[in-house]
Amino acid sequence: MDQSPYLFLTVFLAIAVAFPLGPILLARLWAAKYSPQKPGEQKNATYECGLESKGDAMIQFKSQYYLYAIIFLIFDVETIFLLPFAVAFTGLSVGAFVAIMIFLLLLVEGLAWAWMKGVLTWK
Amino acid sequence: MDEGLRSELSKQGVFTTTLEDLYNWGRKNSVWPLQFGLACCAIEMIASSMSRFDLARFGAEVFRPSPRQADLMIVAGTVTKKMAPQVIRLYNQMPEPKYVIAMGACAISGGPFKQGYNVLKGIDRFLPVDVHIPGCPPRPEALIHAFMTLQRKIDEQKLTGPNRPRHLVADAPSEFPVPQFGEHDLVPPSNPKVWQPPKVARS
Repeated sequence: MDQSPYLFLTVFLAIAVAFPLGPILLARLWAAKYSPQKPGEQKNATYECGLESKGDAMIQFKSQYYLYAIIFLIFDVETIFLLPFAVAFTGLSVGAFVAIMIFLLLLVEGLAWAWMKGVLTWK
Repeated sequence: MDEGLRSELSKQGVFTTTLEDLYNWGRKNSVWPLQFGLACCAIEMIASSMSRFDLARFGAEVFRPSPRQADLMIVAGTVTKKMAPQVIRLYNQMPEPKYVIAMGACAISGGPFKQGYNVLKGIDRFLPVDVHIPGCPPRPEALIHAFMTLQRKIDEQKLTGPNRPRHLVADAPSEFPVPQFGEHDLVPPSNPKVWQPPKVARS
């Protein structure tokens, strides 16, 4: 075999290009011969919907959604850490206990900060 | 192709076809309906697509939620005057070739609500309907029959010539005017190019 080892790659590449392009080309030829294109204002509309879209998509959302999501995430992560902590509680050293308490303190501190800033009251 | 020659060839074990037949055969077995229902007929439409009646046998199980991917609009239910502009706009957004089945008494004529102030008396006032199904609501068998009727219709369509279907004629419109929801009725109340009021002959 003194063929180039990359020859079959070239063949694969040619097939890979022809496989998608062939049907598209055939469809184009068919459309040009038989089926006329009929674009229209509604057919070319951006959104396919029975109702016409109106208004602006670039509107501002309240930052409170974001803050709520962040606070929820904090408690979500806390639950994940607290469960194994509670399961392994009896076998834990003092250092591990202090570490998890510091972790809890940080989270509670964040909550207290958010509470004092008035994030939890929905205005 | 000559019919006699074709049957003679098929006796010899040579299968012949035409481009037109092949095209229509592919088209009629892959009609994708638009997934939308307006009233109780939609429940029967759902039933026909489920396992007991199984519309998938006809290649039509792929109910598309987008008009861009649909070939067939099954108007399943009462078309209120408030809903009619949306239905027609959805039809306009479907790519050619597209077909319409008016399913049930309401969609073909207004049905039991014909005298209602807010009911369109048949979607054929605005859209070119291919198959009408009577019934209130029609059974899934009736929808399947309508579907087979539509398949037969697609199968008989010509690619060229004066009798070729609407979507192959360059001048035929692809979009139909959407009526406005007016104060008392739809404006205009019907599309005269699609529907003319039946003439009553009095002697």
